Amino acid sequence: METNEVFDKVKGLFVEDLGIDESKVTMEAKLEEDLEIDSLGIVEVVMAFEDEFDIEIDDEELADVSTVGEAVKLLHSKI
Amino acid sequence: MSKRRVVITGLGTINPLGNNVSDSWEKLINGISGIDNITSFDTGDLPVTFAGEVKNFDANEYMGKQHARKLDRSGHLSIYAAEQALLDAGFNPEERMGSNCGIVFGTGIGGIGATEDAVRVYDERGASRINPLAITQLMPNSSTGQVAIKFGIEGPSLTITTACAASANAVGEAKNMIENGIVDIVVAGGTESGTTPMTIGAFAQIRALSTKNDTPAEACSPFDKNRDGFVMAEGSTVLILESEESAKSRDAKIYGYVVGYGSTTDAHHITAPAEGGEGAVRAMDKALKDASLSVDEVDYINAHGTSTPANDKNETSAIKTLFGTKAYDVDISSTKSMTGHLLGGAGAFESMVCILSLQNGVIPPTINLNNKDEECDLNYTPNNAVNKDMNIAMSNSFGFGGHNGVLVFSKT
Repeated sequence: METNEVFDKVKGLFVEDLGIDESKVTMEAKLEEDLEIDSLGIVEVVMAFEDEFDIEIDDEELADVSTVGEAVKLLHSKI
Repeated sequence: MSKRRVVITGLGTINPLGNNVSDSWEKLINGISGIDNITSFDTGDLPVTFAGEVKNFDANEYMGKQHARKLDRSGHLSIYAAEQALLDAGFNPEERMGSNCGIVFGTGIGGIGATEDAVRVYDERGASRINPLAITQLMPNSSTGQVAIKFGIEGPSLTITTACAASANAVGEAKNMIENGIVDIVVAGGTESGTTPMTIGAFAQIRALSTKNDTPAEACSPFDKNRDGFVMAEGSTVLILESEESAKSRDAKIYGYVVGYGSTTDAHHITAPAEGGEGAVRAMDKALKDASLSVDEVDYINAHGTSTPANDKNETSAIKTLFGTKAYDVDISSTKSMTGHLLGGAGAFESMVCILSLQNGVIPPTINLNNKDEECDLNYTPNNAVNKDMNIAMSNSFGFGGHNGVLVFSKT
């Protein structure tokens, strides 16, 4: 799967499942500041990623993820 | 030191009759039921297929999907009613209420819908798929916290879970907070959204619910000989309580006064009322003493009147015990005949009814009251509203657990 395909799927999850405004979901968007995903929300995001891509994400892997682009990069590396 | 007087400056509600105060009041005085077949889920093999559901309310539309999906339905309804009440009281809901404002909210079973959903996911998909927001949705104080966050309420907060007396106790405790000078403003109310499959099934198992599935609008018939149980309902009602001086200093509209509060416990049985409504008698007596009023001065009683055989009989006995011969003169009605039982939201809704009755000089009826029960022989305002100039109204609320909360309101 190409990076842009991963991004499209991630964007779809954010917009459809989490109700986030589509225009806000860019590669540069910060999860907490721009998309208003708090510490509880991030657990939901991880669950949604795991279901969508059929993978498992450890808490340590999330330590370096603060933007949509970094999430896409992590997911791309695990698929 | 004399106690500070407590006024009501704002009302907000969303319930089976309507999604604001004026629509709800219109239905109440015209004797229109809000009970119908359940539409929010497939009732499957449930022995009860009807309830009082909130209609025409889309939480995603109201607060946006990103916010709405973080809350249980009880949280949606609470914020909706609280916003109405704050606006009605002349506050700007976009501004923080600050530390001179407290919040006291009642609920019977909190975010029970979220609990049911989370258990279902755990059973079907395991622990790793439980909604991480489940705890924050299901905890009974969820509405209290969410309303406080939304409107910046920084004073004391309490969540009261005395079952069907919860929001009567909430209004009473809010009154105490203001009387005692702890804060000048309290957002007081209650919410319930337990019209969910397991909850209705469980109430049906203890034979608490009416099973008149063929005639939902006529099923709730308080004080009628053929009554067979209460009807589950959902909704939220919020009152803005304020010290009289605070309300006057900002030229707020004053609906009326909260003048008496009595709270007692049966300490008898977890569901059945004490014989003769002994705990209810003490609560009504305490509320009147708190208000420095006698039974002769009570114009209207908004009864607990659930439509269960045991409640209506014992509440009638309790009124007779306290009021003596005056019991036959006082006007009584049960608006649950139209709303169904709002459980932890009932006391706040019925406080609103009392205030509106005093203000408008109209007593809403007890509908579906057609067959005389010799054990329920008082004046329950059957089927048609009555016009009457009034000054004092009492609201009764009794809950599983043996909790009794009685409030007294005054127009002047």
